Amino acid sequence: MNISEKRRLFLKGSVTAGTLGVAVSAGLITPTTVMAKWAESAFLADKTEDAIKNLFGSNNAENSSAVTINAPEVAENGAVVPVTVESSLKGIESIAIFSQNNARPLTCSYDFLDSNVSGFVSTRIKVGKSGDLTAVVKAGGKLYSAKTPVKVTLGGCG
Amino acid sequence: MSTETKAKIRAKLKGDEVTVKVLMTHPMETGLRKDKESGKTIPADFIQTMVCESNGKKLVNCSFSGSVSKNPYLSLKFKGGKKGDEFKLSWTDNSGVSGSESTKIR
Repeated sequence: MNISEKRRLFLKGSVTAGTLGVAVSAGLITPTTVMAKWAESAFLADKTEDAIKNLFGSNNAENSSAVTINAPEVAENGAVVPVTVESSLKGIESIAIFSQNNARPLTCSYDFLDSNVSGFVSTRIKVGKSGDLTAVVKAGGKLYSAKTPVKVTLGGCG
Repeated sequence: MSTETKAKIRAKLKGDEVTVKVLMTHPMETGLRKDKESGKTIPADFIQTMVCESNGKKLVNCSFSGSVSKNPYLSLKFKGGKKGDEFKLSWTDNSGVSGSESTKIR
């Protein structure tokens, strides 16, 4: 598909409802080896539960005090919300951060490849509308979660 | 397709744990935003995957969406690092453009 065909499809795609099929045909996502390690169906899910399920294969995360998620209660600028996830769990396989009311809740995920990595991730994310930020930690084959509410006064995507 | 993606990394050993702080330059566009003047949708342009390694050993595979804030900040911690070890980041954005940056643990 040449660039102008791609552009036409892209513009067409951006007017219709944003589904995975439209996104792919609009050339927003190219199914190359670049995508191999990026969990497309999880990142494009529009509900937190679906995103968790697509990322981890299950939605069975138990609320756990061994996972903490810290973010400001009120974010003046939803485009830059600092969030820190910590966990004392052993055998952490991955950590993912979801923003409940973002168009696509899954913001980022971190796969731990070495047992020397500490249960700690600190980053900054966009929060589109006030809602819960949820951290899901996969450890020892099970899912554990924690959440914290963030109120945004100025929305996340500009 | 930001070819000017840069990363500043600080990797500091304190006790037995290395704390890494990364600040990258990148617009991190979700692809859902419209330009206010032209009304056109700004195409998605974000760092998509990034591998963090130390002393040649892979530590973390990071996956980002455009919902990570512009000019991404990331901090991670790990044990078993020594001063002088090379800490390296290798990233690829959603257009397939790759880059890398490294620093020595201090």
